[in-house]
Amino acid sequence: MSIKVVRALSVSRRRFLAAGGSLVIGFSLSPKALFAQGSPAATKLPGSLNTTPMIDSWIRLGADGSITVLTGKAELGQGVRTALIQIAAEQLFVQPGKIQLITADTRRTPDEGYTAGSNSMKDSGTAIMNAAAQVREILIARAAVRLGLSADKLKAEDGAVIVSDGRRIAFGDLVGGELTRVRAESQIKLKDPASYTVVGHSMQRVDIPAKVTGGAAYVQDLRLPGMVHARVVRPPAYGAQLRELQSASVEKMPGVLKVVHDGSYVAVVAEREFDAIRAMRALAAAARWDERALLPEPSELFDYLTRLPYDSFIDADNHATTAGVTKTVEANYRRPYQMHGAIGPSCAVGLYKDDSLTVWTHSQGVYPLRKSIAEMLKLPEDRVQCIHPEGAGCYGHNGADDAGADAALIARAFPGRPVRVQWMREQEHLWEPYGPAMMTAAKASLDGGGNIVDWEYEVTSNTHSTRPGGAGNLMPAWHLAIPFTPPQPKPIPLPEGGGDRNAIPYYKIPSVRVVHRFVPSMPIRVSALRALGAYANVFSIESFMDELALAGRTDPVEFRLRHLEDPRAREVVTLAASRFGWSSYAPDKGRGRGFAFARYKSLGAYLAVALEVDVDRETGKVRVVRAVATVDSGQAVNPDGIRNQVEGGVLQSISWTLLEAVSFDKKSITSADWSQYPILRFPELPDTVEVHVVDRPGQPFLGTGEAAQGPTAAAIANAVAAASNVRIRELPLDRKRVKVALGV
Amino acid sequence: MTARGVASFLILAAGVAATSWAADVAPTAKPAADQSMADSTLIARGAELAAIGNCASCHTHPEGKSFAGGRPIKTPFGTLYSTNITPDNETGIGKWSAEDFLRAMHDGVAPGRRNLYPAFPYDHFTRLTDNDVEAIYAFVMTREPVRLTAPPNQLAFPMNLRSALSVWKVLFLERGAYRPDPQQDAEWNRGAYLVEGLGHCGACHTPRNAMGAEEHTRDFDGGQSEGWDAPALNSSSPAPSAWTAEQLYAYLRQGRDENHGTAVGPMKPVVDNLSQVPESDVRAIARYVAWRMNRGQLVRVAATSSDSAQTVIGDGEAIFRGACASCHEAEASGGPIRSGRTVPLSLTTSVNAPDARNAIHIVLEGIWPDAGEKGAFMPPFEGAFTEQQLAALLGYVRSRYARGPAWSDLPKQVRAIMHTGQKQ
Amino acid sequence: MIELDINGTKRSVDAEADTPLLYVLRDHLAMNGAKFGCGLGQCGACTVMVDGEAVFSCMTPVSVLAGRKIRTIEGLGTVEQPGALQRAFIDEQAAQCGYCIAGMIMRAQALLEKNSSPSDAEIRRHMMPNLCRCGTHMRIVKAVRRAAQTMRAEADKPKSAGQT
Repeated sequence: MSIKVVRALSVSRRRFLAAGGSLVIGFSLSPKALFAQGSPAATKLPGSLNTTPMIDSWIRLGADGSITVLTGKAELGQGVRTALIQIAAEQLFVQPGKIQLITADTRRTPDEGYTAGSNSMKDSGTAIMNAAAQVREILIARAAVRLGLSADKLKAEDGAVIVSDGRRIAFGDLVGGELTRVRAESQIKLKDPASYTVVGHSMQRVDIPAKVTGGAAYVQDLRLPGMVHARVVRPPAYGAQLRELQSASVEKMPGVLKVVHDGSYVAVVAEREFDAIRAMRALAAAARWDERALLPEPSELFDYLTRLPYDSFIDADNHATTAGVTKTVEANYRRPYQMHGAIGPSCAVGLYKDDSLTVWTHSQGVYPLRKSIAEMLKLPEDRVQCIHPEGAGCYGHNGADDAGADAALIARAFPGRPVRVQWMREQEHLWEPYGPAMMTAAKASLDGGGNIVDWEYEVTSNTHSTRPGGAGNLMPAWHLAIPFTPPQPKPIPLPEGGGDRNAIPYYKIPSVRVVHRFVPSMPIRVSALRALGAYANVFSIESFMDELALAGRTDPVEFRLRHLEDPRAREVVTLAASRFGWSSYAPDKGRGRGFAFARYKSLGAYLAVALEVDVDRETGKVRVVRAVATVDSGQAVNPDGIRNQVEGGVLQSISWTLLEAVSFDKKSITSADWSQYPILRFPELPDTVEVHVVDRPGQPFLGTGEAAQGPTAAAIANAVAAASNVRIRELPLDRKRVKVALGV
Repeated sequence: MTARGVASFLILAAGVAATSWAADVAPTAKPAADQSMADSTLIARGAELAAIGNCASCHTHPEGKSFAGGRPIKTPFGTLYSTNITPDNETGIGKWSAEDFLRAMHDGVAPGRRNLYPAFPYDHFTRLTDNDVEAIYAFVMTREPVRLTAPPNQLAFPMNLRSALSVWKVLFLERGAYRPDPQQDAEWNRGAYLVEGLGHCGACHTPRNAMGAEEHTRDFDGGQSEGWDAPALNSSSPAPSAWTAEQLYAYLRQGRDENHGTAVGPMKPVVDNLSQVPESDVRAIARYVAWRMNRGQLVRVAATSSDSAQTVIGDGEAIFRGACASCHEAEASGGPIRSGRTVPLSLTTSVNAPDARNAIHIVLEGIWPDAGEKGAFMPPFEGAFTEQQLAALLGYVRSRYARGPAWSDLPKQVRAIMHTGQKQ
Repeated sequence: MIELDINGTKRSVDAEADTPLLYVLRDHLAMNGAKFGCGLGQCGACTVMVDGEAVFSCMTPVSVLAGRKIRTIEGLGTVEQPGALQRAFIDEQAAQCGYCIAGMIMRAQALLEKNSSPSDAEIRRHMMPNLCRCGTHMRIVKAVRRAAQTMRAEADKPKSAGQT
């Protein structure tokens, strides 16, 4: 083993280090790792180390024994903070409580893009695991030098390097004054998963105690010295232009400090939060707008989307000779616009001082937001800092980035004091970018043995990402006197995919053709909503699998297993069926069971759902009675965290699938609050939701957060079909739709 | 029930107990209610009629299966539990013949000579044609059978004696089908048939006497239901702006009319049902009710400023500004609820009603859409206000928005509803 | 100036009469527990207790609160010494983003103070006004049940000698 110690740490970086000397370590190690994750190519580093290879970007040790781990990912309520601490603690041989984790901050942490796509464990978890292992090895090597022993006589234990004779040197004592900075190695000696004591064991989340006791936990709770409050007045509809605003009387209202007015962008700053709200309402009442009817006729939405120009992408086109087709089945499916619907409206704090801007934001991507805000304000990027404190759960690209832009615009107009701006409920409901409406068409044939021999599938969708890639993606910037306009949307390429995420079935089928009709033009603002296109595609494919199973007179679970080769897929399917009691199921009247499976993005977590519904024939009301989910996320880090995420995904998908659709008229969105966009409430819950985690020690992290959305939707539709003999192919399966389908 | 009412009822009940001449009915054999045989047109018509009859509202427990009963119905005489009218053989009406069903609807008698309580409004259903009853029967008998037995009724003596109901029927049940008025056109007559018969509107909107029967000398003069006032549907209607048939249609069809208000309390399920029946029937109902409302001279109390609630108006106004104005003055306040979503308080029936009961209920319980459904919403303020504060708030609202005089017994009524668990 | 009794402490607040309690708690008094969710009484993120009842603090003007007992989640316990419900929410890991949880706990507290052994159905009915978007509902119900058990066990314990 050879150790390279590199001296390099800028002054600005030093600012953020704990008191005392710091050691940042890297080393070169011959690639003999037994438990390396994945199959790294010679040049590719594991996870986000590939883009941020310096070890000191990830882990810093203080002379006082403190350990700081840095991640470019953000805690969104998915528990990533705890899981990353577990990973670092495991490889460093320290108690998790010893680790301080710093999340997304453009001055401190690596740039890991967005916290999205269930990629945090794969990207950041993998990086931190390898970086931590590398740090531990270098500490051992240093101790070996100091003790004059060979490194293999030493091991790490509880924050120290120990010798078998009982001597121990605490990590902090190995730090010394020298600062070190080295590149990550591609293959690191990782701890044997069989000896894991932290990873793979459920750990209570570190953020929950503050959240249940009224501690400061969210950007909404940030109170900086001298902070003032702002509210924005939004146009009544997309495209509305401010014609007239008499703001003089508002400026004289008690507590009002400033009215910000730039084109159609209107905001108010006040000392007190409720003063700002009063002033916002007065401004809203005073503002006169020119509105135009820009939206499609709601009842003709899908025809409208079909008529828009599109680009075709052939996602899959495998041909095999198909013989012996006995039956061909076709079906079309639809999904409406659906909302993220964060419980806490978006919020940000901005401070503009000395020509520099700091924005505290719950954006999923602090670096892309920094770039976009810098463009909007025409500032150099290094004059803008974006820091992520938590917000309410976002489930994708909601109002967070736009609120960050609001904070930036208002703070620049009111420099010197921190400005906190929070959206009102109706602003969040009306202005967040929704999950896009989608259409799919499936066609497949069975042979005499009931096997699928060919499969054609087409998905039509708007983009699934209008995340800030520049100022034009920030909604507030559209309303400025000199506006920014949204860039031409682009599809997200496979294998991740956007509208075509999970459009290719994970089943063994000889001939498969999958086409993605990408519709660039958007009548309604859309972007990334948890699982993106996978929600509608898995709903479609897994509904269709049941329709095919029925056509082939095969049990739906048996039918899936017949077409599944991947043993891990087979295992979650078999386990879900057995835990549910699939083979012995005997329904009561009005009840039915449904099953669905998907491997998220075809490369992430394996997840199967079996559930039972109750269909009230008279009202059309569907309730999920019980649900069983099985998930294989690779190496499980925090099994209870995985269960919590899957449980949440199942329940959220129940809400989407049974209840949710954004409503609008030709002028504006009408889903202005929870009474016009109902979501699941307690009395409608299932009786039980069980989640079984299939742990795969040593296997790559596959992520979890979005895996349940699609399978749950399809399992519900399949269960409704089983309970009532009626196949419903358009979401949501709300009371009206189900009742109409059931008839008298 | 007054003491005198109880006494007279007891005497009458005693007088007939021995003979028990009512309900001379033998159970008939179970019909062949084979779903596949049933005429689907008949069933579909039955579904519409059952919706107009609002059957599901009473015969469904809030957390139970449709038509399986078990829903508690509070009456001045105690609590009744609605019966299971699904075709389950043991616990429902699976063994009922069409004749059994007809007798129940027309005469209030179930198989086994069991007199039915008039909470089941056979005093209205007796007006139905045999054909319509047959359609409802076809519909009901093709529902999913549900095995569920309702809890036993909790009624005080003598109301717990079904035989006593014979007397009630002698006094108050006028049997017989609806007789069309030849002076009126077909739509009017259709409306009258539905309102007086199947819709049983008078069951709530007509006051009842001490024995729980509708006072037909005061038809549609306003009654009570589940602790709510059912406003008068005649010339005493408290609505400040006279209802037109068109407005009533909008209200009954969509649950809301922008000149009068939103259907709440026990009226909500009625309008939910009416949204699913033929438009022509709802128009006919609206036409007839509008006719009844406007037949008499509309007598309105001139708008006066209240002189009784002065002491509390200052408090009430502050509460109103803090708790109500952001939605109820949306236009002027720039608040979160867009204009058009709330009905101006000056037009709402509950604020203009002679009695504060409904206004109290609405403020305390709010207005909720059904689970998972879109709809009118108002937050419940239960717990937020003390009795005095709620009385002050409503006194202010009444004096500012209503045409009528101040509610005289407001504090007492607020106390009664907040503390006697009258809310449902 | 309005004097409010918050978690047993008298607080004088300079706020206009129509200011909703939520803003007095968060802005004037720098308390984090009650959250702004909708300002409409539709989601319950702002739920606190007034005289033992769960109320929406976003809809309750401070003018009605003089002389009444206000409780917020800060009054139930601390990280070091969590109250029964707080402990149960930690034990059940009943949070994802957690934004709704303080309101959930306060609504549940109002239930448990009246009904020490609610059924699951009663818990679900009672919690209806509060929304959770992460789908933590099943754990929330479990946590309320668990807290009810703890509270009953505490209540059944014979008082130790030193206590009055």
